[in-house]
Amino acid sequence: MNLVNTLEIDNTRNDPTQREALIVGDNNFTTVTEKVCCIPEATTTPKAWYIAFAASVSLTGVLFAMIAYLIFTGIGVWGLNNPVSWGWAIVNFVFWVGIGHAGTLISAILFLFRQKWRTSINRFAEAMTIFAVMCAGIFPAIHIGRAWLAYWLFPYPNQMAMWPNFRSPLLWDVFAVSTYATVSLMFWYVGMIPDLATLRDRAKSKLAFYLYGIFSLGWRGSHRHWHRHEYAYLILAGLATPLVVSVHSVVSFDFAVSQLPGWHTTIFPPYFVAGAIFSGFGMVLTLIIPCRQWFGLKEIITLKHLENMCKVVLVTGSIVGYAYSMEFFIAWYSGNPYEAFAFINRAFGPYAWAYWTMISCNVLIPQFFWFKKIRTSPWIIFVLSIFVNIGMWFERFVIVVTSLHRDFLPSSWGYYSPTLIDILTFVGSFGLFFTLFLLFVRFLPMVAMAEVKTIMPQAHLEAGHHRGVGDYHGEIPHAHEPEDGNSK
Amino acid sequence: MENRKKLHGLLVEFDDSLQLLGAAAKVRDKGFKHWDVHTPCPVHGLDEAMGIKPTILPWIVLGAGLTGLGVAVLMQWWMNAVDYPYLISGKPLFSLPANIPVMFELTILFSAVTCVVSLFALNDLPKWFVPQFKSQRFRRVTTDRFFIYIDAADPKFHAQKTMEFAKTLGGLAVEEVEDSPCGN
Repeated sequence: MNLVNTLEIDNTRNDPTQREALIVGDNNFTTVTEKVCCIPEATTTPKAWYIAFAASVSLTGVLFAMIAYLIFTGIGVWGLNNPVSWGWAIVNFVFWVGIGHAGTLISAILFLFRQKWRTSINRFAEAMTIFAVMCAGIFPAIHIGRAWLAYWLFPYPNQMAMWPNFRSPLLWDVFAVSTYATVSLMFWYVGMIPDLATLRDRAKSKLAFYLYGIFSLGWRGSHRHWHRHEYAYLILAGLATPLVVSVHSVVSFDFAVSQLPGWHTTIFPPYFVAGAIFSGFGMVLTLIIPCRQWFGLKEIITLKHLENMCKVVLVTGSIVGYAYSMEFFIAWYSGNPYEAFAFINRAFGPYAWAYWTMISCNVLIPQFFWFKKIRTSPWIIFVLSIFVNIGMWFERFVIVVTSLHRDFLPSSWGYYSPTLIDILTFVGSFGLFFTLFLLFVRFLPMVAMAEVKTIMPQAHLEAGHHRGVGDYHGEIPHAHEPEDGNSK
Repeated sequence: MENRKKLHGLLVEFDDSLQLLGAAAKVRDKGFKHWDVHTPCPVHGLDEAMGIKPTILPWIVLGAGLTGLGVAVLMQWWMNAVDYPYLISGKPLFSLPANIPVMFELTILFSAVTCVVSLFALNDLPKWFVPQFKSQRFRRVTTDRFFIYIDAADPKFHAQKTMEFAKTLGGLAVEEVEDSPCGN
């Protein structure tokens, strides 16, 4: 792996007369392929990877041990109590689902908006999405108590002649999250087929040849295939865009449809979606900054990409900050004493420490990204992005716990603290996430090579006048009937 | 089996997509039907240069989406209002607003799954072997080279004349691809 390339090339100038290159350095199709493929093709795995992998696998073991303990013993091993019947499991579920959203935003929404910079980071972010959704899915499944009956959530014909209640947001969640996981996985795989074919064609060992060969399905870059592939990709992006908005909206319905002060607000769906994108970009930055450094991808994932992501973090962080203040305003303006109490209690009650952690990390920290110097200093971004991750976990904690711990009657007030099992389960879910992620960076193409190639000068053909279709601005000889007709 | 292997087609190699576009238009104008262009990434302008008509994929997906929507409406109505009526807080047994999220999700799910399945079906994938794979040159098609492939099955194909024509396309090289006994 390439550790030599440590120089940053500045492509963040905002000169309107000149579009900055998105792939910097002296690169062409050949070098891009080489730089991306040399990572999965390396014959020796760096020691650091083994150390990270061993740590992640151990934590995954902890996760499954905790789940086993929970299933054998019961939900009582968690810190849940009455009135706080939703604790870390739900916090973690919302946290992980939210992280997933950046991947779909980058791959689908930025695709529809023709944001070309997405091509360098979409594969990476989509992988993150899938692994985050896998971590998320675990929590509600084990939270239901009898985890071995989790399939009851799905409408299937059964001997009890019963059907699930389709008017419950919890059931909407089952459909939203499972659809989201399925569509994200398909989107990721469809986009990866051409790159898997690249790895197949370059394979040196028989095993690599067969494995990449099987999964690339015999892809051969046929333009008749590309034509449909591009249509399919556009359609999937069009489907994933409303889907990603729906998923976190439905997650927010889990709260908003209830009648609890602090949860029962109409601002929840947009506020949750903005928060999800915010946390997801935070996580992408946390992961991508070390990866581009260690794997020598600085010319492909450039400062411009980091800067753009910082801008998204700044915008969505500010939307989240606006939502926090609007919640307070409405709590006062509605004149509802329970609502007002819930919010004053959030900021100044027993969980004030969590509330102010959330405010500092989610509202104040992103404001640093107003400064270009900070937006273009990878290691500062890295540190700030970790605060974003922490802040967004606390946001869900504040929402879930503070609204529950003060019931309508003071006789049913309580305080919630997690147990060691809660903590280890959450830490363990990071183990699962990083295990999958490390396997991804080691064995799969981390950058969507075929897509990056389409934004390089070599493919653009900026010659000639503005004619042709799509991005193509050159001359295309127009079709005319062949001299001797088609029938033969 | 014949001693001499049958010719399957001609492969013309390019390293420049601009040249490729011109060459593809020439092949199109010659009236070939069984031919293809292979590229490492989608090259815009090739649809026109090859004379490809837009795919029917979007229409298939539209049909699937509407099916998903219909399935969701019928499923929720039948399960919650007919087969096992749920009376909750005196609300109607079937009302649209409460059923919209699942309708939306199933529309998306049906569309997306159909989109991917039809993509594979229309592209005839997986198809793990085609004779072009025997060419060493062709390995670079997924990296940085562009190819035009004219299939010998084309009614206009003529071993010599097409070879001469292929040489006029201005590619780096022209290669004969032989039919393979183990594939088509």
